[in-house]
Amino acid sequence: MSEVLGYIFILFGLAFDIFGCVGLIRLPDVYNRLQAVTKCVTLGTCSILFGVVVIKGFNGTGIKALLCIVFLLLTAPVAAHALARGAHKAGVKLWEGSVCDKYEEDSK
Amino acid sequence: MKSRIILFIIGFFIWMLLGWPFDLQHALVGIFAAALVAALTGDLFTRRPHHFTHISRYLWFAYYIFIFSWECLKANIDVARRVISPRLPINPGIVKVKTTLKSDTGLTFLANSITLTPGTFCVDIKPEEGSLYIHWIDVKSEDTQEASRLIVEKFEKILSRIFE
Repeated sequence: MSEVLGYIFILFGLAFDIFGCVGLIRLPDVYNRLQAVTKCVTLGTCSILFGVVVIKGFNGTGIKALLCIVFLLLTAPVAAHALARGAHKAGVKLWEGSVCDKYEEDSK
Repeated sequence: MKSRIILFIIGFFIWMLLGWPFDLQHALVGIFAAALVAALTGDLFTRRPHHFTHISRYLWFAYYIFIFSWECLKANIDVARRVISPRLPINPGIVKVKTTLKSDTGLTFLANSITLTPGTFCVDIKPEEGSLYIHWIDVKSEDTQEASRLIVEKFEKILSRIFE
């Protein structure tokens, strides 16, 4: 039973990782593509790791997978944050269909 | 000093989890490693160690994980729908939001939560005026008040009980 549940979690994670990759190709500019990347991390990779925890239970493998989730959730947003801020400081423009850019207005 | 002891306990706990099947040799090395890390970087870890003794903060944190997972699931499905639909219905922009959180840890957790929730991510943060610049894939409101209500409020109330 727990194995079936674990495989469902892993399949779910794989599906969302694929959606993230599709988004990475289809979306127009740096900032929108970063949105797709953070989506991959939360429901994609964490769901795969959680599936491993469900299959293996709380032994050596399962606990390491659980710790991986914690460290991934702590570090991934920092990378996205640094990339976005660096891109904006380096003068990368937003997509022409963007509605507003309050950051640009305030940093003048 | 209290900050060092807390860091030592957390470090040793994570070390033991990483090498889960317990053995004495492993535990002894872990004590030395955790003590070294605590001695070198312990004073940077926390400025208010008494917060670690409040039980209610842990309960609110458990509740926060639950709320965050639910928000995350909803937002993930929403962004997946935008990405795979042929017309690509996005409406992006950078908005400014205000927060009432003051502590560094609280602001870090708020920015990380916003970034991890798909559809919004934090570009820059100004702690002195309590404002964050958020890139939003579907801008519903350019107004600071309205955007704060939509993005920040659901996390802010719980985080203020955990970290303030």
